[in-house]
Amino acid sequence: MDKQKRSLKRIQIRDGFIAGSPIVIGYIPIAIAYGVLAKQAGMSLFELTGMSILVYAGASQFMGAGMIGLGASALEIIVATFVLNFRHFVLSLSFVNQMKQYPLKWKLPLVLGLTDETFSVSSIYKKQVDHRYGAYFYGTIILTSYLSWVIGSLLGGVLGDVIPERLSQSMGVALYAMFIGLLIPSVRKYKRVAVISVVAMLINYLVTPYIGQGWGIVVGTILGGLAGVFILEEDKV
Amino acid sequence: MIWVIIIGMALVTIIPRIIPAFIVDLIHFPEWVNKWLKAIPYAALGALIFPGILSVIPDKPFVGLVAGVAAILLAWFRVHIIFVVLLSILTVVVLTISVG
Repeated sequence: MDKQKRSLKRIQIRDGFIAGSPIVIGYIPIAIAYGVLAKQAGMSLFELTGMSILVYAGASQFMGAGMIGLGASALEIIVATFVLNFRHFVLSLSFVNQMKQYPLKWKLPLVLGLTDETFSVSSIYKKQVDHRYGAYFYGTIILTSYLSWVIGSLLGGVLGDVIPERLSQSMGVALYAMFIGLLIPSVRKYKRVAVISVVAMLINYLVTPYIGQGWGIVVGTILGGLAGVFILEEDKV
Repeated sequence: MIWVIIIGMALVTIIPRIIPAFIVDLIHFPEWVNKWLKAIPYAALGALIFPGILSVIPDKPFVGLVAGVAAILLAWFRVHIIFVVLLSILTVVVLTISVG
């Protein structure tokens, strides 16, 4: 009996590792690039790794390190971070709704590790919520992503510019390709999903010049999702 | 000073992340809100992909665009996501080398 439980858990952990591996491929080069930039901005190894451990939000860390380098005030940096990361609230709302049946002691560590990437992967793999020990599946995705981000930042800070610029720049496409790779199978299964995404893209594209990248993604996501209320049929999502 | 910034950044990032964990159990959402929340992943993916992908190589938006179209085609023909990611990286490497 105990043996069976353990093997069920092991299967969920293995599947979570496989599902999370595109995130690791995407995170490591970006985290290294962050480490390099933060070091150049004058942050110590301890500080730049600490930021990855405590903040764990890529775009805002690039921005924060950059602003520290420019000598911006703490208040400016913190407000800009809030604006850029507020989208996590919307994502977390959707994520927690998906795992409603999990107790708070599972929900809390899971949402703490919520990023654009861990959210995207977890919300496309919906079935696991109903699997026995499915929380181990999501937990593995989140933990491996977190560790690859933290270790990658540390590497960037220690080694400096180790990856040739052309390669690290090219690897910047990895997370976008992952988002596309997650979205397309859903579109294939149910074409109306494409309408939601395209609405969100267009709204983001149109409003970003006026309200900035952070709010652009928030507004695009909220309104694109709202389009879904009208066009999705029951039981199809 | 840097630690004040880091801790401030951490707080304003973590608080919006965790609030939903506490409120989803307390509020019973009407059906349309549940539908909205189910549509959020697809909307978020859209907003995260575009127009951000155009800035993969600054000043060369077509590089990101071509890599994105390549990723769409690969994913459409059921190529595994890992290879979608790796082949998109390769596309960008080849394009930046050949266009300079």
